[in-house]
Amino acid sequence: MATLGLELERSSASRNFDPKWLIMGFVVLVVAWLALVPLGFLLWQSFMTPASAAAEAEFTFRNYLEVYTSSETLRLFGNSTIYALGSSILALVIGTGLAWVCERTNTPFKSFFYALSIVPMFMPGILFVTAWIMLASPNIGIFNLLLQRAFDTSYVFVDIYTLTGMMWVDGIQHAPLAFLLMSATLKTMDPSLEESALMSGASVFAVARRITLKLALPAAAAAFLILFVRALESFETPALLGLPVGIEVFTSAIWEALHGYPSDIGLGSTYAVTLLALTAGGIYWQSRLARNAGRYATVTGKGFRPRVMDLGRWRYVTAGLFILYSLLVIGLPFLVLLWSSMQRYYSVPSWDALQNISFDSYRAVLAFPSVGTAVWNSVMLALASATAVMLLTAVICWIVLRTQIRGRWILDNIATMPLVMPGIVLGLSIMICYLVIGGGIYGTIWILLIAYMTRFLPYGMRFNSSAMLKIHKELEESAALSGASWFTTFYRVVLPLLKPGLIAGWIYIVIISVRELSSSILLYSPGSEVIAVVLWELWQNGQYTQLSAFGVMLIAGLFVFVLLAQLISRRVGIREV
Amino acid sequence: MLGVRSLNTEYKIAQGPAVRAAKNVSFEVPTGKFFTLLGPSGCGKTTTLRSIAGLERPTSGEIEVGGKLIYSSQQNVFVPLNRRNFGMVFQSYAIWPHMTVYANAAFPLEVRKKSLTKTEIRDKVMRVLHAVALDEYADRDATKLSGGQQQRLALARALVMEPELLLLDEPLSNLDAKLRERMRFELKRIQRDLGVTTIYVTHDQSEALALSHEIAVMNEGEIIQVGSPRAIYERPRTKFVAEFIGTCNFIDGVVLGKGTRDHAWQVRSPLGDWQAFSEDPLQEGGKVSLSIRPENVELSDEPFSTGAPTNLCKGVVDQKVFLGDFIDFQVKVGETLLLARTHPSLRTPVGDPIHVRVAPEKCVVVSANSATA
Repeated sequence: MATLGLELERSSASRNFDPKWLIMGFVVLVVAWLALVPLGFLLWQSFMTPASAAAEAEFTFRNYLEVYTSSETLRLFGNSTIYALGSSILALVIGTGLAWVCERTNTPFKSFFYALSIVPMFMPGILFVTAWIMLASPNIGIFNLLLQRAFDTSYVFVDIYTLTGMMWVDGIQHAPLAFLLMSATLKTMDPSLEESALMSGASVFAVARRITLKLALPAAAAAFLILFVRALESFETPALLGLPVGIEVFTSAIWEALHGYPSDIGLGSTYAVTLLALTAGGIYWQSRLARNAGRYATVTGKGFRPRVMDLGRWRYVTAGLFILYSLLVIGLPFLVLLWSSMQRYYSVPSWDALQNISFDSYRAVLAFPSVGTAVWNSVMLALASATAVMLLTAVICWIVLRTQIRGRWILDNIATMPLVMPGIVLGLSIMICYLVIGGGIYGTIWILLIAYMTRFLPYGMRFNSSAMLKIHKELEESAALSGASWFTTFYRVVLPLLKPGLIAGWIYIVIISVRELSSSILLYSPGSEVIAVVLWELWQNGQYTQLSAFGVMLIAGLFVFVLLAQLISRRVGIREV
Repeated sequence: MLGVRSLNTEYKIAQGPAVRAAKNVSFEVPTGKFFTLLGPSGCGKTTTLRSIAGLERPTSGEIEVGGKLIYSSQQNVFVPLNRRNFGMVFQSYAIWPHMTVYANAAFPLEVRKKSLTKTEIRDKVMRVLHAVALDEYADRDATKLSGGQQQRLALARALVMEPELLLLDEPLSNLDAKLRERMRFELKRIQRDLGVTTIYVTHDQSEALALSHEIAVMNEGEIIQVGSPRAIYERPRTKFVAEFIGTCNFIDGVVLGKGTRDHAWQVRSPLGDWQAFSEDPLQEGGKVSLSIRPENVELSDEPFSTGAPTNLCKGVVDQKVFLGDFIDFQVKVGETLLLARTHPSLRTPVGDPIHVRVAPEKCVVVSANSATA
């Protein structure tokens, strides 16, 4: 159907030039540059020998030959798959169970648990993993030490430095994502399907098992793929838990290839391309699945209240499970960080240690010069990347949704493509890109801004497009008919109406950019450290108490930010975040 | 004032050939008149309106407003919509929810190239808000208005820039029945007071009849008939028009020859050899259809004694439905069913014989081929 955008386009072509084409052209160029160029350089690099002072880079298949004929790669592939499978299945099982409890049962305090489920968002992955090391490492883990003391043995009860440990930490950390995905599905399921099963005489659990979960299966499969890809991309857990004991997955192998001596950028690129192929396949499969899920007509447009089941006495059990989960994911990790942050030297909780409580670590952390720089850098990067991404994607979404320009779907795909790029792959691509083309960007904070903008483009697209779909097209058309130019319409009508989505997306990007580690770790240089990188360095230096102190302050800061954000968003009428 | 000539619009769909939404649409609207495009959904009326507005670009044709070409495929003219100076009220009203009532109405004046002073804008806005009885609500949030008020605000916003043309896209369809009737009067009063040339799009025939100076009935992208409300109602040219505007009996028949008066023709049908009305000359022996409105069917227990002894027949009451202010009879004449709407005082029981008469000028010949029906 011919629309406003098309008309504006044609009319201005035949008349004087409209400045809006400058804006739109600029935005399209920026987005295409961000999303496509580094990827090209990554592919290029994987076919080249490393350039050195002695020799120019040359075209070669050696990287691929080496990677694909080595048994090391097979092991890598096996580890990555097992790790991602275990972690995503664990997350899915926990998340689906909790979602069912939350959406469909009369478990006490469930709305409180619902709010709790977003709390893990405040905790950067590296803090979560280090907290779990303090809880469950064989040498310093509290679990082991307490049990050993209780039974008076030196037996190692739990060891986090194993593949199972990695799956556990990553799985429980990402269960909230599964929870959110699955509760959205359960919320929109037609309750009459379950009611008729109940009337046929099925028990509550039979209905849950044989009807509810079966109906949720397509959505669960899609959620599983999302979780699987995310686990493939995860960097913190494999790097902190796997590397010390030689369990490598693709992300940590890329890190090793680049970070070891001599650094092998060709090998790293080849691993990165391989990983990218895996994640792209997963995302592609997931989008196919999501499209076909529509045929399972569980989700109708009708508004209804999902059926709540009476669990009887079992509801205390489900509440208990919830409490246990909150303890494992929020309570214990935070408490262990808090504890160790108040110690001079890291030690297990005991009466003796309690005497040694001090705030020295906080003082020490605040005195580090790099901490101040990192906080400043992170804040600036978060604000700048969130603002830039939301504005860029607002224009992109407008082009995609409101015009008839041919090939606009390509633009949509380009802007959402970084979704398939694991952070470390993106970091590597950008590193190669700006090392090769120069321009003085490499080694400055600007390269981090570029990386963040690229990485978060898909989130901006998601928030903006769902907000823009809610704006009736006639609101823009009437502005144009009133005599407003494109720019006036965009500035005075589209942007203000987009505000709820813009702010929600902005807040989300600010939060995730403060936690960002896997791209930053390859791109920072002295002076352009960010918070997550400083945490990483503190860990590498064994400064556990300072790391904990910094972590506690960070979590508190993010918590305050989210509270403020909630206040603001309530005022502009957002319910997400 | 407005001239639309041979307008064609096509939609490209992903698969298959392009859909022709408007086919060769032509009409003229004199200054100050209220012109309605009437038809079922998908008939091309909204496409035509949006083409006039500039929201869509036709594939060919010509649109002229006030002697100025705003679109011509031959001369490659297309005035962008934001320079056309037309006011439009959308079906959804398109009231900007982030602005106050005043800001909504002032927007068209603020974004104009020729700048007005603040006081000039204020005067104009308050005048138009007064005209739609919203001046008391000027500082309110636009979303706090009721449906009817939003509708009036949309009208005010369309009128504030003193448009050459006022375009209305089913503005009443989102209101409840009572309010719709009130707004109908309101709209008519405002349009007649201001004398602004108005193009109105609706699928509601009673709205069209109530408001318009002239109606164009559209179907499948084509204009079927243009005329005054009375002409369209009383003298439909096709089965489609007769059926779309009100209920109608259709009786198939064969032309016997010219009747006794002008436009009168002798037609043989199951009702008998009757006199019928047709403006167009008819072919002797040609198949036609008679359209007879239920309220024009006269019923009587006794044989009709007054008036000309033509267009009479006898039937049996098959069913009747009491509707309060009138009563619907279904009368069986031979095998043909005829719907009649009469005064509730007629109380002939079901199964009794009844006399039927229809005045010749109320028996309107419509083309029998239902290609456009």
